[in-house]
Amino acid sequence: MSLLRLENVEKYYGSRSSLTKAVNDISFSVEKGEFTAIMGASGSGKTTLLNCISTIDRVTAGHIFLEDTDITSLKGKELNRFRRDKLGFIFQDFNLMDTLTAYENIALALSIQKRSAKETDKAVKAVAEQLGITDVLEKYPYQMSGGQKQRVASARAIVTEPKLVLADEPTGALDSKSAKLLLERFNYLNHEHGATIIMVTHDSFTASYASRVLFIKDGKLFNEINRGGDSRKQFFDKIIDVVTLLGGDVSDAL
Amino acid sequence: MLFKISLSNIRKSIKDYAVYFFTLVIGVAVFYVFNAIETQTAFLKVNEDQREMIKILTTAISGVSVFIAVVLGLLIVYASRFLMKRRNKEFALYMMLGMSKWKIAALLLCETVIIGIDSLIVGILIGTGLSQVMSAVVANLFEADMNDYRFTVSASAIIKTIFYFSIMYVVVILRSGVVIGRCRLITLMNSGRRSEKITMKNPWLCVIVFLISAAVLGWAYHTVGWDFEHITERRIGLAILAGIVSTFFIFWSVSGMLLRVIMSAKGVYHRGLNSFTFRQLSSKINTTIASMTVICLMLFVTICTLSTSFTIRNSMNKGVEDNFPVDFYGRFALHTHDPSDDPSDDSSYHTGNIDDVYAQQNMSIYDDFGEYHHFYDYIESNFTFDTFAGDRKEELTGSSMSIYAMMNFTISFLKLSDYNAVMKLYGQKQIELNDGEYAVSANAAGMPEMYDKLLEDSTEITVFGNTLRPGSKKCILSSFYPDIQASNTGTIIVPDNAVSEKYRGVDYFVGNYSAADKKGKEAAEKTARDHWNYVLRWYKSPTENGYMSGIETRIEAANNAIGIGAIVTFLGLYIGFIFLVSCGAILALKELSESADSMPRYMMLRKLGVEERDISKSIFRQSGIFFLLPLLLACLHSYAGMRFAKIGLDLLVTENYIKPIIFTAVILIAIYGGYFLLTFLGSKAMVKEQK
Repeated sequence: MSLLRLENVEKYYGSRSSLTKAVNDISFSVEKGEFTAIMGASGSGKTTLLNCISTIDRVTAGHIFLEDTDITSLKGKELNRFRRDKLGFIFQDFNLMDTLTAYENIALALSIQKRSAKETDKAVKAVAEQLGITDVLEKYPYQMSGGQKQRVASARAIVTEPKLVLADEPTGALDSKSAKLLLERFNYLNHEHGATIIMVTHDSFTASYASRVLFIKDGKLFNEINRGGDSRKQFFDKIIDVVTLLGGDVSDAL
Repeated sequence: MLFKISLSNIRKSIKDYAVYFFTLVIGVAVFYVFNAIETQTAFLKVNEDQREMIKILTTAISGVSVFIAVVLGLLIVYASRFLMKRRNKEFALYMMLGMSKWKIAALLLCETVIIGIDSLIVGILIGTGLSQVMSAVVANLFEADMNDYRFTVSASAIIKTIFYFSIMYVVVILRSGVVIGRCRLITLMNSGRRSEKITMKNPWLCVIVFLISAAVLGWAYHTVGWDFEHITERRIGLAILAGIVSTFFIFWSVSGMLLRVIMSAKGVYHRGLNSFTFRQLSSKINTTIASMTVICLMLFVTICTLSTSFTIRNSMNKGVEDNFPVDFYGRFALHTHDPSDDPSDDSSYHTGNIDDVYAQQNMSIYDDFGEYHHFYDYIESNFTFDTFAGDRKEELTGSSMSIYAMMNFTISFLKLSDYNAVMKLYGQKQIELNDGEYAVSANAAGMPEMYDKLLEDSTEITVFGNTLRPGSKKCILSSFYPDIQASNTGTIIVPDNAVSEKYRGVDYFVGNYSAADKKGKEAAEKTARDHWNYVLRWYKSPTENGYMSGIETRIEAANNAIGIGAIVTFLGLYIGFIFLVSCGAILALKELSESADSMPRYMMLRKLGVEERDISKSIFRQSGIFFLLPLLLACLHSYAGMRFAKIGLDLLVTENYIKPIIFTAVILIAIYGGYFLLTFLGSKAMVKEQK
């Protein structure tokens, strides 16, 4: 049974006179341990889709199931609890608390789950080790580089061992070297930890680290390719092919 | 166009402006209410004494109003500067669009004028309503009847309010003009983007600074609240200065230590949102140390002013009831030598008889009264408190909290028969004495306890050639003369045969009018007073050195007590209100703007799945501690301050302090707590809103 299942999800904006179908009847499922990338041009609806999955936004129609729970029917407190316990977030602009140190930022995710201080300390140190940020733990966000910030944010996302990690353009604000480093960490987490990751991006290079890529155009699912046994380079070329098919607008973003 | 923009600006930032506007309205309303007392009370039917008191009250209020206006002016300038800072981005946009600085200044002028006029209108409307209530309060205080009451609007108060507030607004406009003129586009644009730098103070330095300031503060407390022997003006001034400086450094060090302390308790720090909450709080306090200090000191002044004024008022009213048990009290004495040689020498008052004074005009004082007693006290010129206390003086004054004991004064003597007659007239307990015995009567604060100690030793006294011993080991709590407070520092009662008439001091007359009802008494009082004044005006003194005379009446004393009580209460309330509003407003503005700035942080917390309940708990804690911190230190200050006030007020006050403190707490909770609630709800709404 798949971990995440989307059934005919739709999300409309605006009024009857000027309706925008940001997400228009999308269905797919994600297996446990998969590293999925969602690609599309800006305005294609990929971020809206991610927001729906993360329950930050509500769907207009359709259902999203995580394991057996229909998350579109969750309300208020249940929503917060669901996000707290089941999901991990990584954002383009890191979204770290500028008043807290790296350690405290990571620990915050655990302490709002009401874990004990001892447990927290162990988990934070372990995850910092995996992401190579042990030496910046006592620093504040303004003292870190973009790559370090994003790795701290990733640590915060996975420290709670969520069912699903959602990443929205995680490399968007990083230089290519930091981006590569981060994506390698994602791969590591995916392989060694079996973390299920859904990543939204418009960058083919970033997407080529995933095991599967979904393409979205104008709110609809356009294509889907699996990496299978390909090397990252071969997979990257395949992605480029699809992007070319998609039209010039995406290649602009490359 | 400008007008339209400014109007929409105000509407847009209504949340920021709400507290500002609310505070302005309260300021205007309170200002109006107190300045309208004169007009409001014009219709009240009060007697001359009370009319005079109300006049003093209104004069005092207009004097204090200048001070209040300065405080409010500072508050308004602070608040407007604060609100302007929050709009830097907006100004940057205008400038980028090519708007001239003049135009922006004109825009601000428009906004200030709109807010100013609105706040004046709303404030005066509310003030007019409240001042009707105030009339009732004044009438109640002065026990005046409200039959002729009409709804009144005080034009003079309106003009005064508009005048003072216009000046404040003009200052605000000039200031914002200067600020706009000085600012540069690039700094405006970058103002929001600068990420917050977290500076941790050196914890050891904080601990050392804290310990030093706590010690200095302790010394200051001790100086004003406990160490009364060495008290001098210089030391008080020094203590106040030390208090102010150490208050600042206590906030400085606490802001550095608070976080460290909590952080060291890992279990607490990493529980729920605690780490977030305390980081927020600590950065807030770190940037507000100066304001915190000012707020703490203002709260301290408010607490002391309010509770002291209530204490004075209560004890004033009660004082007359307790200490003025007779309708009329007159005294008369001839000077044996020129009193200006040595005014403290009581022995210059000698002999003289009120009967002679009346007799010169063929009148008799006894005609004006139903029941009365006419008597002398007796004075041995070198018998003073020091004589009585002997070598125990040092020890007694050292341990005592009575300011009287530090002075030296002549103790006068009373014949037993006179004392008992007077007590009978007052409806108080009479005493018995055997030959060769004496008794002490006193009621001024601290004095009876001191006499008790001396009487325990069976101190013998030698006066007028007789040696006497105490008949009882207890000092009698009484005073042979009426007064508005308990002020008898000590009178010795001796058997009739122990004094000789040649030591006569002052001639006293106490009596009750024969009339029973209030009207009759007032008429009788007028007659008695007229007669007294008349006979003294035409009196020819047998000696060259002149004479001393004076009368006090129960009605007059009651009026004075009410009047003084009312003046003190009104001034206390006036200052207290404005100070509390200012403190609340500063904290609220700061906290609300912090919340607005922290909006992205709260949004992120939500994305992380923090429950609403935990978020509002965090906001509650943040604003709660933020409001509580200065109040806590202010309460400590006030405890020492009140001890100091108590010693000063012992001259006036014997009342207990519980009721006034409860009153003060109620007012404090109502206003300061109100601002807290407003802040909490405002922050919560602000953080919740943009999902």
